[in-house]
Amino acid sequence: MVESILTVQNLVKSFGALRASDGISLDVLPGEIHALIGPNGAGKTTAVNQLSGEMQPDEGRILFEGQDITAFPVDKRARLGLARSYQITSIFPNFTALENVAMAVQSTQGHNFRFWENAKSDLSRTEPALEVLNRVGLSDLANTIAGGLAHGQQRQLELAMGLATRPKMLLLDEPMAGMGVEESRRMTDILLPLKGDLTILLVEHDMDVVFALADRITVLVLGKPIATDTPQNIRNNEHVRAAYLGDTS
Amino acid sequence: MTFYLFLEQTLNAFQLGVMLFLMAAGLTLVFGIMNMINLAHGSFYMIGAYVAAYVSDATGSFFIGVAVALPVAAAVGMAVEIIALRRLYKRDHLDQVLATFGLILFFNELTSIIWGPQALFVAIPPVFSGSVELIPGAPYPIYRLVIIGAGLIVALLMRTLIVKTRTGMLIRAGASNREMVSALGIDIDRLYTIIFGLGALLAGLAGAFAGPILATEIGMGENILILTFVVIIVGGIGSIRGALIGALLVGLVDTYGRAFLPQFLRMIFEDPSVADGVGASISSMSIYILMAVVLIFRPRGLFQAYG
Amino acid sequence: MDKFNRKSIVLLVGLALLLALPPITIAMEEAYFISLFSRIMIYALAAVSLDLILGYAGMASLGHGAFLGVGAYAVGILAFHVTEETAIPFLPGGWAGSINAVISWGSAIVVSSLFALVIGALSLRTSGVYFIMITLAFAQMLFFFFVSLTTYGGEDGINLDQRSQIPGLDLADDASFYYVCLALLLAFVYICYRIVNSRFGMVMRGCKQNETRMRALGYSTYRYKLICFVIAGAGAGLAGALIANQSEFVGPGLMHWTRSGEVMIMVILGGMGTIFGPIFGAVALLLMEEVLAAYTEHWMIILGPVLIFVVLFARRGIYGFLTGDGGRDG
Repeated sequence: MVESILTVQNLVKSFGALRASDGISLDVLPGEIHALIGPNGAGKTTAVNQLSGEMQPDEGRILFEGQDITAFPVDKRARLGLARSYQITSIFPNFTALENVAMAVQSTQGHNFRFWENAKSDLSRTEPALEVLNRVGLSDLANTIAGGLAHGQQRQLELAMGLATRPKMLLLDEPMAGMGVEESRRMTDILLPLKGDLTILLVEHDMDVVFALADRITVLVLGKPIATDTPQNIRNNEHVRAAYLGDTS
Repeated sequence: MTFYLFLEQTLNAFQLGVMLFLMAAGLTLVFGIMNMINLAHGSFYMIGAYVAAYVSDATGSFFIGVAVALPVAAAVGMAVEIIALRRLYKRDHLDQVLATFGLILFFNELTSIIWGPQALFVAIPPVFSGSVELIPGAPYPIYRLVIIGAGLIVALLMRTLIVKTRTGMLIRAGASNREMVSALGIDIDRLYTIIFGLGALLAGLAGAFAGPILATEIGMGENILILTFVVIIVGGIGSIRGALIGALLVGLVDTYGRAFLPQFLRMIFEDPSVADGVGASISSMSIYILMAVVLIFRPRGLFQAYG
Repeated sequence: MDKFNRKSIVLLVGLALLLALPPITIAMEEAYFISLFSRIMIYALAAVSLDLILGYAGMASLGHGAFLGVGAYAVGILAFHVTEETAIPFLPGGWAGSINAVISWGSAIVVSSLFALVIGALSLRTSGVYFIMITLAFAQMLFFFFVSLTTYGGEDGINLDQRSQIPGLDLADDASFYYVCLALLLAFVYICYRIVNSRFGMVMRGCKQNETRMRALGYSTYRYKLICFVIAGAGAGLAGALIANQSEFVGPGLMHWTRSGEVMIMVILGGMGTIFGPIFGAVALLLMEEVLAAYTEHWMIILGPVLIFVVLFARRGIYGFLTGDGGRDG
């Protein structure tokens, strides 16, 4: 039995009368792409926000590599190797693409309290950054101001920032949000080779993407996980079809 | 003796609180709905005070003075909104602070050109002069009671306006969700101008009331403006209820601090002059301490806007 | 390359003018200008320090005058006890003050840094409008504190008998004092320039653009912002020490919120997030005051609308205009 990298135990989060997370338990195994799906309003983003530390759960525990991180703030979780992307693109719009990624590289190196040497000409920041940009296919646009990139390119850039922190696990909150078919396929091509090396929790609407990438899928309905299984079994699961897939097909 | 003093100071605190509420109601709406920091709100107060003082003096009637001051303050407010400020709603707070700081300089100087640099003094209208004994042996100035009463009436009217009328409904909707109001297809520009005018009118009213108890002078707007900001930050931006409670809280803390703190400290320090000095320092800082403490524990104020 | 050249020309011409100012004004028999420009250099220093937090780290402080005042009072109180020949009551050891520039200006920097540390640590719990207002509140607290501090003159402040002393330099001489102010300004600008382009500076800029993202990348942003706030407070404290010397007077007026507002105007007018811009802003604002005041006592009626105009239509600021650049790199 493989030790899971992320263990979520009975997570509860309420907003007034609404129980956005209603007892979520989840095990994510090292190296797998674990998709979290569910109809609109199922509480997927709320769940991710609790995993990344943006929200505090009312009840439950989150263990990352065996360590209880439930009370840790966002930045501390990130330093432990739990990176994330946002549903609404979150980048540094006035920096170049390269600088965006360099900020992520710098974060892993420490040395942030250097007040004197010029950072932009510091190759230890920019070389790894360029390499990551290359991996997501943005190296040609390294010196473009990020705010001026196309939407799909900004999503790729955000993924690059996540990768550049060299995380143990990546939380991707709808990486394909707002993308066209072509952009979406490019993103899938970027993510596919990561399979096996990097643990990813993928929240995604696009079922083609989910079935193409995921090793296992957890289905969330009204804040509750109703099934966790392989894509094949999820496809054939009657409860899932009734609660979720049924109303789309 | 102590009870009389306590009663008197409590009423003073209410009177200050009511004035602050009149200022804060407009400012917090503009803040909450248009997301706009308007430093020039104090200028409407000053304009109200000057017009009321000038007209009272010319006509011999304080009431005519107030009656003229209100529409003038509202008109100035709406004019400023239409000419300059509506261009700033979408800008960041920094731009708003600077531009409205520019307005303060302009209005202060304009007032000084029109009425001169000296302070104006306004007599308390004869009907309201003198005192009443609330309890035997404890006289209290009628005029201050009138301010408290008038302020409470205005607060009730505001409540009726906001809860019962269509404009009020839009204001409430706007305070909790700006996008929704514009999505409803309302003439948002006009609504904003009306809110601005209403806020300026209330500030003008506070200024007109202030005339007989405070000197009407250049810079009076800024003094109360800062207090008003303390009120709405403590109360929570955009919340009328927060403004009312914040105003009373600030009124109480400031008045009690000044009245009782030095006495209290005399019991601690042996040297009365030290006690008075320390007391004066702390009491003049008290409301800022209040605000800092509120923000440290509740970084977004005591009350959230509606919804 | 062209843009770079234009920037260099603007800066070099500016520097040459500032260096040549005393001989020129003495030749023109307008020596009064030296004193005026000393004041301008000092405010420029304060404005550059505010730009560090405002333009690069996105912290809109409306209480920067607090540190100006604390720095000035540090110098004022040390000098006061030298004049009175008494010990400083709130410090142990019976220290009777100092008029040595290294000691008193150094104290100004240390004390204002400490104040910035405390004020920043509390204020940075909030953000946005609340941050503007809580910094304002702290400055007002200090303002009222010093107004009621009768030991040191209360509202009337402290008059200094003389300027601080530096061995081998006569600070009473306006030209010497001017050059000292200019040198300190240039040194501070150089330090800030290095900082904003360093690793630490990149963290600051990241915080300004997207603090949520910074945290998600693993930066504990609070710490960086606080350090930045302290550096800015130290700069403003030094400016305060100089302003006390320039006017040979220390009063609570330095901490009044309108003073903080003026410094903020210098930053915006000159160009926010540019380090050099606020110097142009300080020159422009204070010269404009001076020139307009010569024509009419009601000069603010012109300044007010000018300010509104700048905010509405000329957002790049003077520096951006001169260098033909968006200017900001924050």
